[in-house]
Amino acid sequence: MPTFVYMTRCDGCGHCVDICPSDIMHIDKVTRRAYNIEPNMCWECYSCVKACPQHAIDVRGYADFAPLGHSVRVHRDEEKGVIAWRIKFRNGEKDMDLLAPITTKPWGKHIPQLRDVPSPSQEMRDSELLYNEPKYIRFDEGGLHTLKSNKLKMKAGVSY
Amino acid sequence: MVNTVVEDDIDVLVCGAGLGGTGAAWEARFWGQDKKIIIAEKANIDRSGAVAQGLYAINCYMGTRFGENNPEDHVRYARIDLMGMVREDLLFDMARHVDSAVHQFEEWGLPLMRNPKTGTYLREGRWQIMIHGESYKPIVAEAAKKSADKVYNRICVTHLLMDDAKPNRVAGAVGFNVRTGDYHVFKSKTVIVGAGGASNIFKPRSVGEGSGRVWYAPWSSGSAYGLMIGAGAKMTQMENRIVLARFKDGYGPVGAYFLHLKTYTQNGIGEEYESKWWPSLQEIVGKEYLDPELSHKTHKPIPTCLRNHAFINEVNAGRGPIHMVTMEAFQDPHLEEIGWHNFLGMTVGQAVLWAATDVNPKYENPELTTSEPYVMGSHATGCGAWCSGPEDLSPPEYFWGYNRMTTVEGLFGAGDAVGGTPHAFSSGSFTEGRLAAKAACRYIDDGKGEGIRVSDEQIERRRAEIYKPLEHYKLYRNEITAGSVNPNYINPRQGLDRLQKLMDEYCGGVTVNYMTNEKLLNIGLKKLRSLEEDLDKIGAEDLHELLRAWELKHRHLTSEAVMHHTLFRKETRWPGYYYRGDAMKLDDTNWHVLTVSRRDPKSGEYTMEKAPCYHLVGENE
Repeated sequence: MPTFVYMTRCDGCGHCVDICPSDIMHIDKVTRRAYNIEPNMCWECYSCVKACPQHAIDVRGYADFAPLGHSVRVHRDEEKGVIAWRIKFRNGEKDMDLLAPITTKPWGKHIPQLRDVPSPSQEMRDSELLYNEPKYIRFDEGGLHTLKSNKLKMKAGVSY
Repeated sequence: MVNTVVEDDIDVLVCGAGLGGTGAAWEARFWGQDKKIIIAEKANIDRSGAVAQGLYAINCYMGTRFGENNPEDHVRYARIDLMGMVREDLLFDMARHVDSAVHQFEEWGLPLMRNPKTGTYLREGRWQIMIHGESYKPIVAEAAKKSADKVYNRICVTHLLMDDAKPNRVAGAVGFNVRTGDYHVFKSKTVIVGAGGASNIFKPRSVGEGSGRVWYAPWSSGSAYGLMIGAGAKMTQMENRIVLARFKDGYGPVGAYFLHLKTYTQNGIGEEYESKWWPSLQEIVGKEYLDPELSHKTHKPIPTCLRNHAFINEVNAGRGPIHMVTMEAFQDPHLEEIGWHNFLGMTVGQAVLWAATDVNPKYENPELTTSEPYVMGSHATGCGAWCSGPEDLSPPEYFWGYNRMTTVEGLFGAGDAVGGTPHAFSSGSFTEGRLAAKAACRYIDDGKGEGIRVSDEQIERRRAEIYKPLEHYKLYRNEITAGSVNPNYINPRQGLDRLQKLMDEYCGGVTVNYMTNEKLLNIGLKKLRSLEEDLDKIGAEDLHELLRAWELKHRHLTSEAVMHHTLFRKETRWPGYYYRGDAMKLDDTNWHVLTVSRRDPKSGEYTMEKAPCYHLVGENE
């Protein structure tokens, strides 16, 4: 739901401006703080909320169907690899804390640099295989599925 | 005068780096270790595209390792769900590779849930596996950044560049920097379009502030289609828009609820309602496409559009609202937690809405609704470019040399950009990007990208076109005292409102119960033409509005294709997605074909054709 920014918390750092997929978090020229310039193009994706180091950004449900008085807050911790949520109902009857992992590995460390891996052979280039295939598809020694291996053909016309 | 930034001698240019584009950039480095790979992205690739918010499931995973499914099983499933209208060569190809993408994601750190008993991935349904995917996009973005020579964030790519030496060959792309306003020229031997499908071309159910609450991301501006149609690439199945049955207002996903939590739907008076609509629906589509007894016995899925049809008709019969029965499943605290995590992982807004309206699904069954239509090619529908398939699978009509290459030489697609490949979802889109990247590198190695010439005239012409909305605004703004009403221009929001209204009313949106016909479509086309003339006079106050202006132009090109395709296919192939009131039956005699269009870039004229529909069958059938 559309985001808004608390005046006393925002320091105008611009992380939200940098990350917003919809280009709607901008810095106000007078207050030098961030705000949502186009709430009706906000997907409530929380990218800016998660990126804000000051927790200055929050969300208030869309005015056309969401009554006031609720809260869904989040803290995303890249170091620890977790995200923590707190959901509070308008009537105060439900107050939930939920925790989920966001990654199982240190950030970016387990992605190989493909420029440095052995370059593909001509045979592999001429095949239908992609990087690390077929071993990344299956445990056995089998190859890529083809029409022949799966005893199939392509037939024009009506089939159901 | 704006600065011009030229990036020259690019081998592979990736326009739009969501799941398709990141897959393309990543894989391109393997096949082109010495090649120059550049990404141009409208937002920031760490959080761009449809997966920006995260996902709680990977909806396309075969499980070949564990002997779970074969590619052809997935092809049949997609064929059934789309009433036969799919590109089975492309689907088989995607399905036979998709597992290797998913296994890489796990290695990179994406938390995939495991079934503690079997050690296999935790299945939500036959095709879906469950993940903690809040950081799905940042993780794949890391991979793309590792492979690319340079990532240009905040570049709105507006047009593809065409070779001035050889007709119908791509030569790169142009656009502008949304922050600095710089004019960016990318000269490239190949272009892989990974841009998005189209939300917000049909009037949404939401109003006012809530109109950003669309099912597909509001930044999915149909640029995949706008760019490729503008370059004269052939498109396919653009009539095949999708309507989603989702939680009301928040559009929270229902997949995990149906499949994992075993929740089910009922009408406003607590009855099962779907089966009563099957006999009349069978008269529209035939027993071959809807056979409830057989489906019950064999677990053959009932196509999504047909279930929508039952939903829509039950509501119209006055027995709404349709509820999701959650009160049983949510008594289990573990399932209740999954239900909430599912939203937080991919549609936070639904959690916000239930918190705001005090809907506790443990004690109350939430309402469902059917959405406005969306035009896209990676979820459960197959709009997109008419692309070549792989050499070892494709019949002659589907093959012209390079996998995932469009009918424009050197122009490739992935994800929403490729037509006829529904049910790719995130993992399949990433896989398509990889396939396109390998093919693009091969195209270059074969010398197909040699001798490209881009004239200064083309570059200058595009520059003038791109910045015209800013100039136009400046020119006429001071004719009026203040405000947004001006006889010389409309602003992007006004243009979008007009587009949404006419698509809704003439092309089968929500307010007309997804109904259209030939007369309505022809009126719609006429209105789209006058809108096009007005878009030439669109005014943009600043760079942000310039971005919105170009998004709208891409949406407009997309809409025009949708209108032409819907007019061409004279049958009702997908009741529940849309209805041709003047041809209310599925017609396999004349329309068991894929629709293919081309817009002439010079004249803007459309030509339509039918392409044969090939199906995978057993060798001896």
